[in-house]
Order: sequence, then C-alpha cells, then structure tokens
Amino acid sequence: MVYAAMAMALVLIWRATRVVNFAQGAMAMFSTYVAVSVIDRGGDYWEALVVALAFGFVAGAVVERVLVRPVESKPPLNAVIVTLGLLILVESAAAMIWGDSVRSYPARFSQTGLKLGSQRVALSPFDLYIIGAVLVVMAGLVILFRATSLGLRMRASAFEPEVARLLGVRVGRMLTLGWALAAVVGSLGGILVAPKVFLDPNNMDDVLVYAFTAAIVGGLDSPVGALVGGVGMGLSLSYVGGYLGYSLETVGAFVILIVVLMVRPEGLFTTTTPRRV
Amino acid sequence: MLEVSDLRVAYGAVSALDGVSLSVGPGVTTAVLGANGAGKTSLLRAMTGMVRAKSGRVVWKGTELTRLASEEIVRQGVAHVPEGRGVIQDLTVEDNLRLGGLWRSDREDRRKALEEMYEFFPALRERRRRSAYTLSGGERQMLAVGRALMARPELLLLDEPSLGLAPIIVAQIMELVARLSADTGLTVLLVEQNARAALSISERAVVLSLGKVVVEGAAADIAADEELRHHYLGF
Ligand SMILES: Nc1ncnc2c1ncn2[C@@H]1O[C@H](COP(=O)(O)OP(=O)(O)O)[C@@H](O)[C@H]1O
Ligand SMILES: [Mg+2]
Repeated sequence: MVYAAMAMALVLIWRATRVVNFAQGAMAMFSTYVAVSVIDRGGDYWEALVVALAFGFVAGAVVERVLVRPVESKPPLNAVIVTLGLLILVESAAAMIWGDSVRSYPARFSQTGLKLGSQRVALSPFDLYIIGAVLVVMAGLVILFRATSLGLRMRASAFEPEVARLLGVRVGRMLTLGWALAAVVGSLGGILVAPKVFLDPNNMDDVLVYAFTAAIVGGLDSPVGALVGGVGMGLSLSYVGGYLGYSLETVGAFVILIVVLMVRPEGLFTTTTPRRV
Repeated sequence: MLEVSDLRVAYGAVSALDGVSLSVGPGVTTAVLGANGAGKTSLLRAMTGMVRAKSGRVVWKGTELTRLASEEIVRQGVAHVPEGRGVIQDLTVEDNLRLGGLWRSDREDRRKALEEMYEFFPALRERRRRSAYTLSGGERQMLAVGRALMARPELLLLDEPSLGLAPIIVAQIMELVARLSADTGLTVLLVEQNARAALSISERAVVLSLGKVVVEGAAADIAADEELRHHYLGF
C-alpha cells in the first residue's frame, strides 16, 4: 500500500512533467524527518503530518523552480541526471542535519492484528488507516486529473507544452504544481511507511525501487495502475521475503519489473496506445 | 490592426525571415503565400512567441507582441492554429475544445462557446468523448480551428489548414474561414501553399520568398498576375 503511495507520486510527476523523479524517495525521507522533528518538539501525529505535507509541497515546488526548470527544455537525460544529483544532495543533507542514527517513528494506531472472532489476522488498525489514506489520495488524484479544468491544463502541459502555451495555459505553473503535489503524495507515503521500517537517511532507496517497479507495472500514466501495482508488489514481496529470505526482495522486484517490461512494456493498466513519435 | 515591421528570425546560422514588414486592417483576410521554406511558418511563430524574433516589431492593437510569452499573447485576442494542427491526441475531442477557452474566467460564456462550436462542427459533437487521435485529418483541422475559436479571438493565424487534406475538405475549410470573417469580423492571416484556394477567399495577399516579402497587394491583382503566379505560386 505504501509502495502504492510512492508509485502514485511518481505517476503524478510523470503525468504532469514527463520526468521520472529519482529523488522522490529521498524527498519523502526528508519530509518524514521533518515530521520526526515536530514530534520531538512535542507535536502530535497529526500536527507532524500536516507540517510534513506542507513542507513537501513547498519543497517540491522549489525543486522544480530552481533545479528542474533549467533542464526542462533539454533532452530527458538532463532531468534524469538532475534528479539523481538531487537524490545524493537530499540524502547528505538529511545525514548532516539528523545524523546517521536510525530513528523509529510512532504509529498513530495499533499495529497488532485485528481479532476476527478468536483468530488474529495479519491486518492491524494501522494497516486499515494506511489503506484508507492511500485510497483517498488515489480518488483525489483521479478526480483532479479526470474531472477538473486544472487537471486538464496539467495534462495538456505534460503532453504538448508548446500547444498548451498557445492556448493560454501557464505551463510553468502547472509543472511547479505537479512537482509540489507529487512531493506531498510522496511525503505521505514516507510517513505512512515510517513506523513499519526504521528511518535512516538511506532507507527510502528500497522503497523507491519498489515504487518505481509498481509504477512501471501499473503503467506510468495510470494512478489506478499505480495502486494495483503497489499492492501487488507489496504482496509478492512479502511472499518472496517470507519464503525465500528478506535479502531477495529487491531481486524479486527487479524480476517483476523485467517480466512486465517484456510482456507489456506500456504497463498493465494503460489504456492509451503507445504514442508514435 | 496588425503591423509587422522589419521582422527577422534565424535558427542558428539559418536565416528564416529577413526583414519582413506587412500590415493588416481589421476584419481583413490576408493570404500569406510562398513556396516551402519561404518563411511563412516562422512569421506566425514569431508573432505568437513560439520563436524569438532577432529584431523587428509585431504590434497588434497597440501592444508589442514580440516581448510577450505565448500564453499571454492569446489573452491579447490572437489565436494561432499551428502547422500540423497541434491537436492533443491523448485528450478527448471535448477536452481539446475546452482547453482553448480555459484561460477566460467567464464560465457561462465558455459553455456557450463550446455549444457554438458543436453547432458549427456537428461531426465534433458526435465524437466529443473520443480521443482526438481517432479523428480523420479533416476532423482534426476542424477541431484545431474550433479550439482556437474557443478563445473568441479577434485575430486568427492559420498555418496551412489545407495541408494533407482532400480537395473537397479544403473547399469546406476555406468556406468556413470566409464565413467566420464575414459573420464575426474576425481578422485572418491565412498561411497557405495552396495559393489558388487561399486567394479565392482573401481580400489581400502577401508573397514571401527566402524570408523576404516579394509583393503585397489585393488578392485579385496577385491572382491575375501571370508572371507572379508562375514564379512563386505554382498555378
Ligand atoms: N526548427 C528549425 N531549425 C532550423 N531551421 C529551420 C527550422 N524551422 C525552419 N527552418 C528553416 O527556416 C526557413 C523557413 O522555414 P519555414 O518558416 O518553416 O517556412 P515555410 O513555413 O514557408 O515552409 C527554411 O529554410 C527552414 O529550413
Ligand atoms: Mg510552414
């Protein structure tokens, strides 16, 4: 489910800007540290969440304006390099500010499995909260892109920036907004996953790899695909981790990625035909 | 009132417009003619900020356009249907149309404009929920023109609307442009390689060659000039 949130953030940036942000996980990790700082200063879970999401929004916008804007009209490889550079930058900044120490993050709800009759199932109230949050975010994104004129302008800016400009769309603002929203979704994903893992400056790398795979599996253009891809990833990885050993999880993710790319390169949930260039 | 003076455009070392001047009165349809590579597209692109002019001015109703960004120029009442039409294939027909008017704050009038476009182009209404890539060439051209009109422009720039279309569709498009200009007082700059069709509905014409204006005058006079036709217009 958490992979789903991160995958959605990737899909969002892809939809809004046609850039894959390799620093997505690192930015989410940073926002999560911001939330930790709020909690350390006596804030509660919800205050920390709001502050971290607001921080993510601003950070996403600033990153787009300052770092990505200069390479937006250049070949895509430039953007890839910029986001990889950003990844390193954000991880070092986090290490400098919060140290290399590993932190734990409080869960808002109980993490012990619910009772179904007398049987305990592997589903805790906290899991339900995660599922609910991700579903709400996904519904919000679908509505934004499908049913609002803001979403229409964002899609047009992504597909045909030059044409969109001629039609009066302020493309620059749409790109900034796309990055800001994606960083919010990514930050949410970071905070949701944090209680289940230990927070350290590098720990979102794995999550990003899984999320990236989920996004590709679901089709980079589809929030619903990202959700299904993310859940599917989570389930398959817990099987791989459970039966074959934790160290094989990353390998498992790559195997899934390669199989999907071979069988259906445009993703499992993409409805549009691949575009002829 | 449109006044272009001494406009120069270059792509690197390649000069595309070499000091072009022309003026267009309100409500007048002007054909911009010339062979492939003459600089017609570059002229339109420089007018709407899609390429920066090296020097020169484009003054529309007292506003200098060459300093404005594309997205601001449409707010001055200038709509540009680019070469190759610029229909966004991944969007539905209706989303393409709506996009053309979204910058205007008057929701009620946007809805009215959409309805008008469907009345103008019934084929688009039938296909409103389909992706634009399912449309035929002629329908795409209709969509591109309709989308530009959603902005309720006063000046319409059309870049080779007849390109790749069957003669009967070309005739329909020309008739449409003529009707628009007659009904709404729209000023039109019609870039065409199909000189015969363009001249038949234009009042004035400009002939470009190698980035320079060869002649500017009444469309009827240019159509009657055998030598000009032979040399530059290919009919
Ligand atoms: N993007 C571009 N890069 C380099 N040269 C270009 C570009 N676009 C047009 N040109 C050149 O500029 C000149 C004018 O082209 P253009 O304005 O497209 O003419 P037309 O529309 O009349 O066919 C031609 O010599 C063409 O090769
Ligand atoms: Mg051209």
